[in-house]
Amino acid sequence: MLRISQLRKVFANGSGVEMTALDNISLEVKAGDFITIIGSNGAGKSTLLNVIAGVYDVDEGEIWIDGVNVTNQPEYRRAHFIGRVFQDPMIGTAASMTIEENLAMAMKRASRLGLTPGVTPRDRSRFRELLAVLGLGLEDRLQEPVGLLSGGQRQALTLLMATISNPKLLLLDEHTAALDPKTGEMIGELTNKIVKSRELTVLMVTHDLRQALEFGNRTIMMDQGQIILDLQDPERASMTVDDLLDQFEAVRGKRLLDDRVLLVR
Amino acid sequence: MLLSALIGTLEQGLVYGIMALGVYITYRILHFADLTVDGSFPLGAAVAARFIAAGGSPLMGTVLAMAAGMLAGLTTGFLNTKLKISGLLSGILTMTALYSVNLRIMGRANIPLLRKPTLVSWFGERGMAPWVLFLITLVLIKILLDLFLKTEIGFAIRATGDNEQMIRSCGVNTDGMKLVGLGLANCLVALSGALVAQYQGFADVGMGVGTVVAGLASVIAGQALVRFHGLGWATTGVIVGSLIYRVAIFAALRLGLAPTDLKLITAVLVVLALSGPVWSSSLAKFGGGKRRATNIPAA
Ligand SMILES: Nc1ncnc2c1ncn2[C@@H]1O[C@H](COP(=O)(O)OP(=O)(O)O)[C@@H](O)[C@H]1O
Ligand SMILES: [Mg+2]
Repeated sequence: MLRISQLRKVFANGSGVEMTALDNISLEVKAGDFITIIGSNGAGKSTLLNVIAGVYDVDEGEIWIDGVNVTNQPEYRRAHFIGRVFQDPMIGTAASMTIEENLAMAMKRASRLGLTPGVTPRDRSRFRELLAVLGLGLEDRLQEPVGLLSGGQRQALTLLMATISNPKLLLLDEHTAALDPKTGEMIGELTNKIVKSRELTVLMVTHDLRQALEFGNRTIMMDQGQIILDLQDPERASMTVDDLLDQFEAVRGKRLLDDRVLLVR
Repeated sequence: MLLSALIGTLEQGLVYGIMALGVYITYRILHFADLTVDGSFPLGAAVAARFIAAGGSPLMGTVLAMAAGMLAGLTTGFLNTKLKISGLLSGILTMTALYSVNLRIMGRANIPLLRKPTLVSWFGERGMAPWVLFLITLVLIKILLDLFLKTEIGFAIRATGDNEQMIRSCGVNTDGMKLVGLGLANCLVALSGALVAQYQGFADVGMGVGTVVAGLASVIAGQALVRFHGLGWATTGVIVGSLIYRVAIFAALRLGLAPTDLKLITAVLVVLALSGPVWSSSLAKFGGGKRRATNIPAA
């Protein structure tokens, strides 16, 4: 479904110092795979999702989705079949526009825009049904600007927007990390529910090692721009967080510190 | 005497209101400070005046002016989106280039339209004052603009101004949306310029100076006065703002201010309006009050 071969992405900072964010990354993702991605800060997780989505050009390597080489496609074109949710709940929605307007834009991600009304009564009833599933009461607030919603509500809406048109690929970048634990939990459950019911293919970056093992069917660990571990079910199913940390230490000879810290919450 | 002066003031408010709607599109919807306006306004006047002075139909001249304005907006959009020049500088570059272009089009610095058939004289021959023409045009444009902003493309343009990252990840080519917005905005600005030339009976190469600031003043005044939410109200606010702005200028002149000081006064008013949040927060701090933090967008 998604095939990445020998990706390299180098960032140059202002003073010309080069930083290899992705170092010869290859990855084969099957349709229906739900892959969780872990790794310390700066490992290149966000960069990986960004190059798949087309935010950045790659320096080397190729990206294929469903047999199509998308390596040089602009971001907006890839967005026709890629849904995304970011860490910051503010990024995924347009604050000055209403809930229904945001949903309508997301729903039309794959179609050509025209001069027909942006939201029709039919869209509205569909949005109401979909929003009701979230259980947040948003179905009665279709015409309120999104800026009035809480971070958790906005993130739930973004998740709905990212999946509304059944994308080939769903990219989640620590999408529960900026929320309070309870809301984060709620968004996590929602993610599982939506992904299962639509059989989506997902890459999900998370800081939470427990979540990384609980969610999905495969876990990859990144460090310094490389994939250093690739764990698949069934062996993954029996792993604990401590096993993960030990594995990391075995490969890298150092502790995965910042994730330890986050685990204690 | 006073009545006819007031009618003249309202006529100006209406005809410049078309320009203000253009400024509204770029400034409020796209969040793009577009200085093309100071060049596309006289461009509209120049194209219409040249065409009409050469014996062409005023309607055709006005339509050509709109097309020229759209091209000017697209030029700024091209500089910004394709050549990656900052929005502000792109507008300045187009505006500067347009000064020469406008002179080329006119062939001289001023084209009089006395005794030429214009849209204004066409209405006059049928017993209708210029404000009828301006009101019809303005209301028509307002309604069309409101409808447009509710279409799929309208959504995409609004979202481009609100959250570019979001709408790009919804599959929209944001560069294209900026081009559409800038083209449309300057099309309206040039239409306004074309009508003003026919109204005042001449086109002058210097008539664009300060247009964008006047437009901003109208947009900001309207936003302050019409506080209902929703797009229909926002464009209504722009029109109200344009009328208020012209009335304020009329009043300032009545109070004995020199016409040449008007641009200074307008600029000061816009500065005060734009810095309003700074003032009110420092005033609030001064008074020990809490600063209100709202995340509710106005548009
Ligand atoms: N736009 C950018 N410009 C320059 N350097 C960047 C950019 N994005 C990421 N990097 C660098 O690339 C490395 C990987 O970053 P990132 O992918 O964000 O890591 P992660 O998401 O795993 O924490 C970091 O060293 C980061 O500083
Ligand atoms: Mg990251």
